[in-house]
Amino acid sequence: MSTSLTFLLMDAPYEQSRTATAFRLLSAAVERGIGVRVFAYEGAVSLAVTQQKPHANALHGRSLEEEAHPTPHLWVSALMEAAKEKGVELDWVNCGLCVDERGATEVVAGVRRGSPADFWKMATETANTVVIPTR
Amino acid sequence: MRVLQVVESAYRATLEEQDDTVLWFTRAIRGAGAAADVLLTGTAVNYAVRGQSAAGLRIGAWSQRHPPAIETEITKLVESGARVVALSEDLAERGIAKEAMLPGIESLGRKSLGGLFAQYDRVWKW
Amino acid sequence: MTSYLVVESRDPFESHGFARRCELAAALKADGATVTVFLVENGVIAARGSARLRELEELARSGVAVIADEFSLRERGIAVPDLAATVKPVPIEAVVEQMTLGVRVLWN
Repeated sequence: MSTSLTFLLMDAPYEQSRTATAFRLLSAAVERGIGVRVFAYEGAVSLAVTQQKPHANALHGRSLEEEAHPTPHLWVSALMEAAKEKGVELDWVNCGLCVDERGATEVVAGVRRGSPADFWKMATETANTVVIPTR
Repeated sequence: MRVLQVVESAYRATLEEQDDTVLWFTRAIRGAGAAADVLLTGTAVNYAVRGQSAAGLRIGAWSQRHPPAIETEITKLVESGARVVALSEDLAERGIAKEAMLPGIESLGRKSLGGLFAQYDRVWKW
Repeated sequence: MTSYLVVESRDPFESHGFARRCELAAALKADGATVTVFLVENGVIAARGSARLRELEELARSGVAVIADEFSLRERGIAVPDLAATVKPVPIEAVVEQMTLGVRVLWN
């Protein structure tokens, strides 16, 4: 049994605080040298979409650069880089049917398309699994 | 590996998806070899009820051809050998009597959940 | 021995689900498991000592530990002295640590 952990995510970006919590957990795991496997289900397939664009914030008087608005696909990329530096695995699989429904086809390099069978494989091969459900 | 899927959320985007995506997922991983059973809690105990119908959704000229068929999904799970359990306190507070329930669904009290959970290698809450 | 981490991410005053799940936590403990409740995001609203919530005391009486995400507490202006006596603040790494130990995580 590997020392990696599996996470199933469901929330689309910008909708729930669960998203940031999930990324904090993934980052904490990678920083500790623990591999992570992510199965993105439903809205979570949009987390890795590369067409997300940051924007300025005129209300706060901040330019595009100053605002540095988060775009979750950069979080996905940052996790991949951190995992590479730490020498641990990071496998991110988007549920294919969910991708099709949402048109979430343009995603971060390295994110692959899969199915619930991939999640089951992840769950059986890793030390533990957490499902972070949506509401 | 034996898995218990604890389902609490219900009727969430089921019309758009034409499925309950957690029940669908459960059947999909069972197809991939998972020995997965289901515990219905909270609002999801209503999934145990006979007579559910989501037919007739129309938006302009668009009409739904395959509405979600929750009753069929639960029945198929039971028929495929999955254990489907509903939390008795949640059924009771929602006024769901045994006679109103689909066949093959067990009812279990909250105090017995520890014993139920102990029968599984993994317990996943949805 | 089986261990559970029951994650509460929603305001306990939103619905009676929090109370129900605390009952579950106590029941699992009574069955012999080690049980911890982890408050995160709006779930930390349960953590104030001044909150009108009897569930935390009942959990303590049942032997269920309660921990709260430091970041979520800070985000909501809940300082350590404001916490209920039975709540311990922890970094998010505590959840990862528990997962590596095989603790079953039930996320609410």
